[in-house]
Amino acid sequence: MNQSPNLNSYREGPDEDGRFGIFGGRFVAETLMPLILELQDEWDKAKTDPAFQAELKDLGAHYIGRPSPLYYAERLTQHLGGAKIYFKREELNHTGSHKINNCIGQILLAKRMGKTRIIAETGAGQHGVASATVAARFGFPCVVYMGATDVERQAPNVFRMKLLGAEVKPVTAGSGTLKDAMNEALRDWVTNVDDTYYLIGTAAGPHPYPEMVRDFQAVIGAEAREQLLAAEGRLPDMVIAAVGGGSNAIGIFHPFLDDKNVQIVGVEAGGKGLDGDLHCASLTAGSPGVLHGNRTYLLQDADGQIKEGHSISAGLDYPGIGPEHAWLHQIGRAEYVPIMDDEALEAFQLLTKLEGIIPALEPSHAIAEVIKRAPKMGKDQIILMNLSGRGDKDIFTVGKILGMEL
Amino acid sequence: MTARMDKRFADIAAEGRPALVTYFMAGDPDYASSLEIMKALPKAGSDVIELGMPFSDPMADGPAIQLAGQRALAGGQTLAKTIQMARDFRRHDDATPIVLMGYYNPIYIYGVDRFLDEALEAGIDGLIVVDLPPEMDDELCIPALAKGINFIRLATPTTDEKRLPTVLKNTSGFVYYVSMNGITGSALPDPSLIGGAVGRIKAHTTLPVCVGFGVKTAEHARAIGASADGVVVGTAIVNQIASSLTADGKASAATVAGVETLVMSLASGVRASRLAAAE
Repeated sequence: MNQSPNLNSYREGPDEDGRFGIFGGRFVAETLMPLILELQDEWDKAKTDPAFQAELKDLGAHYIGRPSPLYYAERLTQHLGGAKIYFKREELNHTGSHKINNCIGQILLAKRMGKTRIIAETGAGQHGVASATVAARFGFPCVVYMGATDVERQAPNVFRMKLLGAEVKPVTAGSGTLKDAMNEALRDWVTNVDDTYYLIGTAAGPHPYPEMVRDFQAVIGAEAREQLLAAEGRLPDMVIAAVGGGSNAIGIFHPFLDDKNVQIVGVEAGGKGLDGDLHCASLTAGSPGVLHGNRTYLLQDADGQIKEGHSISAGLDYPGIGPEHAWLHQIGRAEYVPIMDDEALEAFQLLTKLEGIIPALEPSHAIAEVIKRAPKMGKDQIILMNLSGRGDKDIFTVGKILGMEL
Repeated sequence: MTARMDKRFADIAAEGRPALVTYFMAGDPDYASSLEIMKALPKAGSDVIELGMPFSDPMADGPAIQLAGQRALAGGQTLAKTIQMARDFRRHDDATPIVLMGYYNPIYIYGVDRFLDEALEAGIDGLIVVDLPPEMDDELCIPALAKGINFIRLATPTTDEKRLPTVLKNTSGFVYYVSMNGITGSALPDPSLIGGAVGRIKAHTTLPVCVGFGVKTAEHARAIGASADGVVVGTAIVNQIASSLTADGKASAATVAGVETLVMSLASGVRASRLAAAE
C-alpha cells in the first residue's frame, strides 16, 4: 500500500476497461452491459462534441450560476491564525450544492441517447433534488429512490422533489438507507433498461460513471485553479474536501493532481469513531471489495457482506467510495482522514458565526479538517476548500442535536 | 467441463425432456433445514441444483430472494458454510450437478484461488456470478475454467446478435437465458417469445439453454420446457420456504415437505412439456 508508482500524470485514468489501478471496472448484470457500453460510446462522442460542450457551458453560466465564486475567508483565517483559507463556493449554485453540475451534464447525455425516463438514488436528498430539477427543466418523468429512513429525516428535500414533479419511492428493503436506494435504482434500471437513464449522483458505479461524473465536476477545480492564480498568483499548498461517494472532492482535486506541491486531503465521515461500526470511513477503516458496479474500498465484514455506515450527515452515509479515490489513497497521492460527528458539528457552528455562511454538514467535515490544519501552517501558505453545499437542509438535524425546537 | 454436468444434460436429452433446475438460498432459514431441502430436491425430481450464496446487496434479485438472503445471513450462513453444504450433500448424492449462484464480493473476499480449490474439492460443478459480465472474465471466469469448474453465463433480452458471441465465448455447462429484463420473481413473459429467443441462442452454441425468471408453476414449466433444454425455478421455491416458516422465522415440519410437493409438481410439468409439444 501507499507505493507511489512512477507516473507521468495522475490524471490519465481510467484505462479503457474503466480501471484506476485495480479499482473501478464494470461489475454489473448482463442486462445492463449493452446499455453501459452504449453510454460509454455516447459519452466519448459528447466529450469532444463542441455543441455538447457549448450547451453545457451555457447552462452552467445561466442556469447553475457558474463560475461559482472563490472566497477568501478572512475572519476564519484570522481566527485560526495560520494559512490563508479560500472557499470554492459551490453552495451558491442553483439547488444549493455541487450536485447540479453533474445532473446537467448527464441529463444532456440522456437526451442525446433518446431516453425518456430518469431514475436516481439519493441519501440526503441533494442529488435527488438536483435530479428532479434537471428532469423538470428538460421535461422528463423522474423517479427518485430514497431509503425510508432518509425519507423521514430529510422531509424538506422530499417535499422539494415532489414539488419539482418527481416521484419519490421510499425503499424499505435492507436497512432503508442510501446503499439500499442504490440497489433499488439498479433493479428499476434492469427492469426498464430500454427507456430509462440512471442518473448516478456520485463518482462511483460501473465505468463510465466514475470518469463521467468526475469530468462534470472537475469544473470546480478548473475554475478554482484559475481564480486562485488570479487572486494570489500561485497555486494552493493544500486542497481539502469532504468525501462520501466523493464527487465534490474528485471535482476539486482532479485539476490539481499533477501539481506535485499541492497537498490533497480528503475528509471522511468518522461518525462516532472508527472503533465500532458507527462511521463511514471506507478508506481509513475499510478494505477493497466489489459493490454497485465497481471495485473500491468498502465497509464490510470478513464474509464480504456490506455493512451499514453511519454519519451525522446523510450525504456521507455510504459504505463505499468512488474508485479514483481508492486509487489515489492506495498510491498515496491523496491523504484521507476521518472527522467525527461532533467535530463537524462544531465546525458548522463556527463557520456560521464567523463568516455568515451556513454550510451543509458534508463540507462541515472539511471545515473541521481546515480548523486542525490551518494553525499549523504558515501565514504565507494557502488552503483551498470545497464548500460543496449549503446547510439549509441540515438545520433540523442540527437543531435536534443542539436541543432546539424548530 | 465437469463430467457430472455434461452427463446429466446428455441423459435428460436422451429422455427427450427438458431439465428441471431448482434454486434455493443456502442457509435459509438455517443450515440444517437448508441441507435437508437440498437433499430432498433430487428425490422430488430436480435435475440440477442452484445453491444461492447469500449477499447483503443482491442488486439483480427481487424482494423474495433478498429476504431469503437476509434470513440466511441472520442464521449465520457464510460462504465457507455454503461450500460445506455442498460437501455434505455430496456424501449422499454424487450425480446431481451443483451450481453456486450469487454475487462476486463474498468470493473476492474469500480469495478466488482458495474458493475455487475448495469448491472443486466439495463437488461443485459450476458458478453463476451475476455481477461478472464477460468484460470481467479475468476475475473469476478464466481461473474457474482453468480449474475445471463451469462458468455459466446469463443471456438476457438485451443481449443482441452482436453481443451474443461475447457472452457465449467463455460460457460452459449451460447457458442461462433470463426471460425478461428485470429482477428475479417478476411475472412470466409470453412463452412463445421465449421460444424464439432460445432458438436465437442455440444458433450460436451447442450448450444446453435453460430458461428462468418468472417460472412459478408446473404449467409455466411445461410451456417453457417445450422449447428450452431446461427450466429454472427459484423465487417460487424461496416463497414456498418463506411461507412455511413459523412466526419467529424458524423452519417448521412443512418447510421441507412443502418444497418437495412444489418440486414434484414442477417436475411433472417438465416431464409433460415435450409430450405436449409433440401433440
